[in-house]
Amino acid sequence: MRILVCISNVPDTTTKVKFSADNTSFDDGGVQWIINPWDELALTRAMELKEDTSNGVSRVTVVSVGPASVEPTLRKALAIGADDAIRVDGEAGDAHYVAAQLASVAGSGDFGVILCGIESSDYNGSAVGGMLSEILDVPSVSAISGLTMNGEEVTITRDIDGGKEEVSVPAPFVGVVQKGIAKEPRIAAMRGIMMARKKPLQVVPAVDAETLTETQEFAMPEPKAPCKMVEADNVKELVGLLQNEAKVL
Amino acid sequence: MSVLVYNENWDGKFKKLSYELVSYAKAVAGMTGGTVTALSIGNVDQDELSSLGAYGANSVLSVAGVSEGLDNQLYTQIIAAAMEKSGAKVLVLANNNTGKAIAPRLSVKLKAGLASGVTAVPESVDPLVVSKKVFSGKAYGKVKVLSGSAILTLAQNSYEINETGGSAAVEAFEPGVDASSALTTIKDVQKQEGKLLLTDADVVISGGRGMKSGDNWAPIEELAAVLEGATACSRPVSDEGWRPHEEHTGQTGKIIAPNLYMAFGISGAIQHLAGVNSSKCIVAVNTDKDAPIFESADYGIVGDALKVLPELISEIKAAKAQ
Ligand SMILES: Cc1cc2nc3c(=O)[nH]c(=O)nc-3n(C[C@H](O)[C@H](O)[C@H](O)COP(=O)(O)OP(=O)(O)OC[C@H]3O[C@@H](n4cnc5c(N)ncnc54)[C@H](O)[C@@H]3O)c2cc1C
Ligand SMILES: Nc1ncnc2c1ncn2[C@@H]1O[C@H](COP(=O)(O)O)[C@@H](O)[C@H]1O
Repeated sequence: MRILVCISNVPDTTTKVKFSADNTSFDDGGVQWIINPWDELALTRAMELKEDTSNGVSRVTVVSVGPASVEPTLRKALAIGADDAIRVDGEAGDAHYVAAQLASVAGSGDFGVILCGIESSDYNGSAVGGMLSEILDVPSVSAISGLTMNGEEVTITRDIDGGKEEVSVPAPFVGVVQKGIAKEPRIAAMRGIMMARKKPLQVVPAVDAETLTETQEFAMPEPKAPCKMVEADNVKELVGLLQNEAKVL
Repeated sequence: MSVLVYNENWDGKFKKLSYELVSYAKAVAGMTGGTVTALSIGNVDQDELSSLGAYGANSVLSVAGVSEGLDNQLYTQIIAAAMEKSGAKVLVLANNNTGKAIAPRLSVKLKAGLASGVTAVPESVDPLVVSKKVFSGKAYGKVKVLSGSAILTLAQNSYEINETGGSAAVEAFEPGVDASSALTTIKDVQKQEGKLLLTDADVVISGGRGMKSGDNWAPIEELAAVLEGATACSRPVSDEGWRPHEEHTGQTGKIIAPNLYMAFGISGAIQHLAGVNSSKCIVAVNTDKDAPIFESADYGIVGDALKVLPELISEIKAAKAQ
């Protein structure tokens, strides 16, 4: 079985968010780009599954939709251990456009497990994984915090309100993963970085696809009032403020 | 413009979130004088179903006889059928695990643009333009939906519940899909019974590494109990095993928006704030006057959490007794 991991290229999570002067686009000056944290965990889990040879995972492929500037992020994924990478050469318009590109890639290989993150940490869409599954007309499971294999049989743990469920779906399927899927993201070792240079990174043209949404403009939240400080020996005053001013007690 | 709102149930009951969703759907429909149809899937009794009318649902479609276990494909088919039946142009769901699982599938099936995690009613309906959080709450983006119908998932605790009174006619709905076609097999369910869920709590008391040890959590739990709230923690705390993983809030954990969030010994890293910065009121107690948490807090005390907590508990008890 082959595993496909969909990788979203996002600004480092500590990035100070700025927009262009007319607020219509993200200002990426000086931004460090990383593998979206959930995608990094998904890739880590995919590598663990492949390493246990009894699972019969033959290849782990990573794919990203974007311009040439996403290639360093794909190389990072190769350095972590992915066998090969695909870049769909297109601007990642909206989630629907991206999902249609991924569907075209996923449909051209015999992937049993297709993994996406629960959201991209930049636009917080929580959309691409589910859309991809519907386009492919295959099952999807969301909020996955655990995935084990026993031969071809996959067992999934998903989070539900106040608990967890253990479920299974037939392959091929799309798994939308969150925290817990792997303990810690795997860090590329020197050897991995060297090897990544020689691994295949294939560029494929984008297919025609519709965009259903467009982000027109960005805004920063209203600046908030400064924090009211209360002396540590006057906890009573804090309780009074919470009761009478904030009215939250 | 009519609106369909999907209302999940929990063991046959609705909760605050359901009323928030219906109130929101009512406001969206009200922008153009449309009606609100609420959809319920699973076994919910008549009184519970018609209670949605009090928050603005004009009618309720009830699909019984479908197992509670979520099968994304099956639920997508049912909700799509209800969209067609109701003639709605806008579909509203919660931006929770369930909504995130099915809204994108519906977007493809209905060819309806999806705006997820919206926090307010659209600013216009034709074209539909709505604000949503981006960069984990660090900014807002205005999303324009280019398709004829739209799907909105509402960020939890972002819209005021509005009890309008009124009642809704309940109609049994037969969506014409084969419930036995579900491909998801549910092998095991583990639920914490009787515990207030972090995402439902109005008050959340949270501790970070500044609490020093998992053994110091009794006052956090006591304060939560006094305020009928839930307990939470920062990521290192759950990584250390001081607290269960379900309690970890932040970008990679739970995203919450209670009325009151109290942070004890939490520095206020950007990834932590991403999970809590929508809270109505944030109180921080930290020994370091320069801790970043004070930039996001409404009220703060520079002091030792372990000393402040017992005093706070007794002052709140005293205030409550009055
Ligand atoms: C990709 C990524 C995702 C992440 N996701 C999350 C997430 O979802 N949630 C999350 O929480 N973190 C997350 N983190 C980690 C985050 O960056 C911080 O490291 C973490 O939030 C710090 O936790 P803390 O505030 O408990 O600990 P610290 O940063 O160590 O802060 C402890 C604080 O306690 C104070 N203190 C010490 N003693 C006392 C005392 N006696 N009384 C009062 N105050 C005291 C100190 O002054 C300090 O401010 C993420 C990091 C990365 C890189
Ligand atoms: N441009 C992209 N290329 C490849 N995968 C993507 C892209 N954008 C999003 N994804 C995948 O979809 C998930 C959810 O993203 P989103 O819907 O943008 O929040 C991400 O975690 C990725 O796995």
